[in-house]
Amino acid sequence: MSSVHIVGAGIHPFGRHDLSGLDQGVFAVREALADAGLDWSAIQFGFGGSSAAGNADAVLPRLGLTGVQFINVANGCATGGSALLSGYWAIKSGEFDLGVVLGFDKHPRGAFNADPEDWGLPAWYGETGMMLTTQFFAMKIQRYRELHGISARTLGLVAEKAFENGARTPHAWRREPVDLETIMGSQMVSDPLTKFMFCSPAEGGAALILASDRKMRELGLAGPRVRGASVRTRVNGSFEVFAPALDVERGPSPTELASKAAYEMAGVGPGDIDVAQIQDTESGAEVMHMAENGLCAHGDQERLIAEGATRLDGATPINTDGGCLACGEPIGASGLRQVYENVQQLRGRAHGRQVAGAKLGYSQVYGAPGLSGVVILEA
Amino acid sequence: MTSRPVAEGLFVQGAEGPRLIGGRRKVDGRFVFPMPQGAEGDGCDPVELKPQGRLWSYTVQRFRPKPPFNGPGDDRSFQPYAVGYVELEGQVIVESRLIIDDFASLAIGMPMALTTEVFRRDADGADILTYAFRPA
Repeated sequence: MSSVHIVGAGIHPFGRHDLSGLDQGVFAVREALADAGLDWSAIQFGFGGSSAAGNADAVLPRLGLTGVQFINVANGCATGGSALLSGYWAIKSGEFDLGVVLGFDKHPRGAFNADPEDWGLPAWYGETGMMLTTQFFAMKIQRYRELHGISARTLGLVAEKAFENGARTPHAWRREPVDLETIMGSQMVSDPLTKFMFCSPAEGGAALILASDRKMRELGLAGPRVRGASVRTRVNGSFEVFAPALDVERGPSPTELASKAAYEMAGVGPGDIDVAQIQDTESGAEVMHMAENGLCAHGDQERLIAEGATRLDGATPINTDGGCLACGEPIGASGLRQVYENVQQLRGRAHGRQVAGAKLGYSQVYGAPGLSGVVILEA
Repeated sequence: MTSRPVAEGLFVQGAEGPRLIGGRRKVDGRFVFPMPQGAEGDGCDPVELKPQGRLWSYTVQRFRPKPPFNGPGDDRSFQPYAVGYVELEGQVIVESRLIIDDFASLAIGMPMALTTEVFRRDADGADILTYAFRPA
């Protein structure tokens, strides 16, 4: 069976722009095509998604009405990851050998607000002020801290690293370092998380060109191979956003399930990973996701982060482009931004933030309504 | 002055205080909250949940949420409030607003008891009640 490679990667810088979300998606696709040296007319299929910036299919009139098979993907925070997985399956099945996956978004400022009815929840849950993603993240890390001894300072160090890495990344939004004292002393948003420990909804677009190994060789191209890719949803007992109640019998998180599946598919383990991009909606998420993705044991984060193990020169650099904290979170594009960053790292193109000799890159996107997507790439 | 609950079927006021109404799934005996409405409710028997439990996690809402939150005041007059999850032993872990004088005194594992609070006042002057937990 053929293997699947990423032969082109493009991104529209994340942040706040005058451009529509759609145009940022188109920009990313054109960048990805240019990266691969391909014309749009060569593309056989597309999977794309956006949470708040319209139909991804609307990129077609701008890129060219070639009759290409295009499918809109909507899968919450894992929209980009799901587009990639769909493209992976399309090539793996043997039906296609060259396609594009894309994601873009543009959100209003401030915390996301959700309509309870859209989530099958009663109106009182929203009216009484309990239906906030920020509260969920705060309560998940608050309990985790109690069980596994994570200090507030560690949460600050995660954010400090994010802004340091963001300062080195052309596609990042926050490009100024912020010192630990400022992070710790900034406005408390939802205890124990301060303003600088939370990412913000943002804008951006990302696109990848996928090819079978045969097609890649035929075109004279090269690029990282997709070794593993998975999306998993919540099970009974996992702690998810927008939950008026939780089961007393606790269970695994969708991240743990997706991670395990991707490692098995790739035939590698956490110890083999050279560079990782993991969901850091806020500082605590990065801490918890380190363990949920098998990158360390629960509770070891306190020591590892203090030692700098997750910094660019550490043993397992995490969120080398500053992650969501420095890039912001355009939902449809966020998961593909992580893969874009790993492509740069594995191709030795992450100038100023390059992890020396990176061969295996891991990425994990997580979000509402309780799903996680993992991709493992090999240089 | 009149008062009414924020939703029907959410809690009952008994002689010994309020009780949350949850559901017990007929298929596996698991407890759920709130009691599912409509067709999904057919699979559950309504049950009055334990009025006491232990704090499982918590946070403080420091900014005024966007709609559908419809609590009193505006961004400037907003008063932060605590929310948390309370584990009702052997039943279910419920999310709730918390009544607490000093946010710093919140601690995971502390005993909590169910009560009700006036969450806002309606246009017709009626107090709108919701459930909340306070330290036991």
